[in-house]
Amino acid sequence: MIRIQGLRKSFDGQPVLRGVDLDVATGEIMVIIGRSGGGKSVLLKHLLGLLRPDAGAVIVDGTDITRLRGAALEAVRRRYGVVFQGGALFDSMSVFDNVAFPLREKTKMNTAEITRRVEEKLLQVGLVDMGHKNPAEISGGMRKRVAIARALVTEPEIVFFDEPTTGLDPILVNTIHRLIQELHGKFRFTAVMVSHEIPEIFEIADRVAMLHEGVIVETGEARVIQSSTNPVVQRFIRGEAESDHHAA
Amino acid sequence: MTDGSPAPRALPLPARWIGALGYLTLYVVESLGRFGRFLGEGIGIVFVPPLKLGRLAGRIYFIGFKSLSIVILTGAFTGMALGLQVFLVLQRVGSEGFVGPAVGIALVRELGPVLTAVFVTGLAGSALTAELGIMRISEQIDALMVMALNPVRYLVVPALLAGLITFPMLTAIFDVAGIYGGYLVAVVLLGMSPGTYFGQMQTFADMADVMVGFWKSLAFGVLVPWVCTYKAFHCGHGAEGVSRATTEAVVLCCVLILIFNYFLGSVLP
Repeated sequence: MIRIQGLRKSFDGQPVLRGVDLDVATGEIMVIIGRSGGGKSVLLKHLLGLLRPDAGAVIVDGTDITRLRGAALEAVRRRYGVVFQGGALFDSMSVFDNVAFPLREKTKMNTAEITRRVEEKLLQVGLVDMGHKNPAEISGGMRKRVAIARALVTEPEIVFFDEPTTGLDPILVNTIHRLIQELHGKFRFTAVMVSHEIPEIFEIADRVAMLHEGVIVETGEARVIQSSTNPVVQRFIRGEAESDHHAA
Repeated sequence: MTDGSPAPRALPLPARWIGALGYLTLYVVESLGRFGRFLGEGIGIVFVPPLKLGRLAGRIYFIGFKSLSIVILTGAFTGMALGLQVFLVLQRVGSEGFVGPAVGIALVRELGPVLTAVFVTGLAGSALTAELGIMRISEQIDALMVMALNPVRYLVVPALLAGLITFPMLTAIFDVAGIYGGYLVAVVLLGMSPGTYFGQMQTFADMADVMVGFWKSLAFGVLVPWVCTYKAFHCGHGAEGVSRATTEAVVLCCVLILIFNYFLGSVLP
């Protein structure tokens, strides 16, 4: 279980997170929605231990990771898989080597086992026979799928998705969402996803949390969020700017 | 003020200057601290296995082999220019026999390590900063971290070790190319005796001169990858951030090479 308690972060005196409280249950898909620039990625970076908060805690199965450094933090991260917004694939390596990289570096698996596992993951994300290509030679949608394969190749307990469908066409958005749902059904990892793909995201989320101006304004199951009476949530779901609302 | 509270009183000008000086001092001290800690972390990891030999070999190829042709070319022309100018000056006082030692000592002690380091900074150092800077902005370095892998071990340590290995070698190659460049001008073009050129060089230049150049090249071999990787790891956002980091890395390397060259030249025998 992941528990975020009173998380605060400012950059150059500008508050981005103003006291975020959120619980993510083991095995669920939690989607954090909110406007662009609203601090979703900053929140995710705290969960990954890439940023340290000004105040508050991120407790992963009883351990506050904001206080960890070095080997202790690495031990927590070994349980993680991360799909970055742009994929963050190593452009000097082929698709196969990208997916194999965490296994080669962090496990004692032999070459045959690594090959088998990588091919299995590439098959699961629908990229058979693409292993020899470089990330620059494949499309944006394929790169996202390679990133998902790399994140899942170590069979992590917790997977973080930072806007995994940004910049993709609607068909690819649905394809990626279905893929995540399918893989979640198979491996039962805990998923924390940052997204603003409305309404598609409601189909795969177990629960949704809305981050607005640095705080979580509403949390609940997808249908609860969709029928929320909170005007901030409703405006976001309907895609209305605040000025539209005031004008109305 | 709309809430009726009194406006904060502006500080007098001297106090503001002192405040600004304080901020500047803190900024410089903090930056130097981060800079030193970055190198300390890299050096600390060098002695903790596993050493990434594949990445080290890649960096040696990247810094060393790819710079080889330009080092030979610039070394030869530096030696030729030096040979010509020294010959013309010494000819005025009838001492052109000393062209060999003048060219040899100037190259081995000063020009070899300094110019090699400057050229390698322009070639490999800038490319290293750009490459790692792009990795930084495209979250590839973050990806390494969340895979529980230390990016300093993967990216900085191989560059530091490759610098330590390749800079002395490239400097030696630059020196040899320069000495033969000087030979070409002084002996082949200006008619000096080859025996005088090399004989006088052997008489006046000794191992201590070679060692000065060697220690300098070792120092620059750490300095250049250190500055370039540090700037890449701390680059700003987007293409502009990478471009600024690359420029800053090259400028800072060149300035530090010249400063360190003076102080090392003063300290070393």
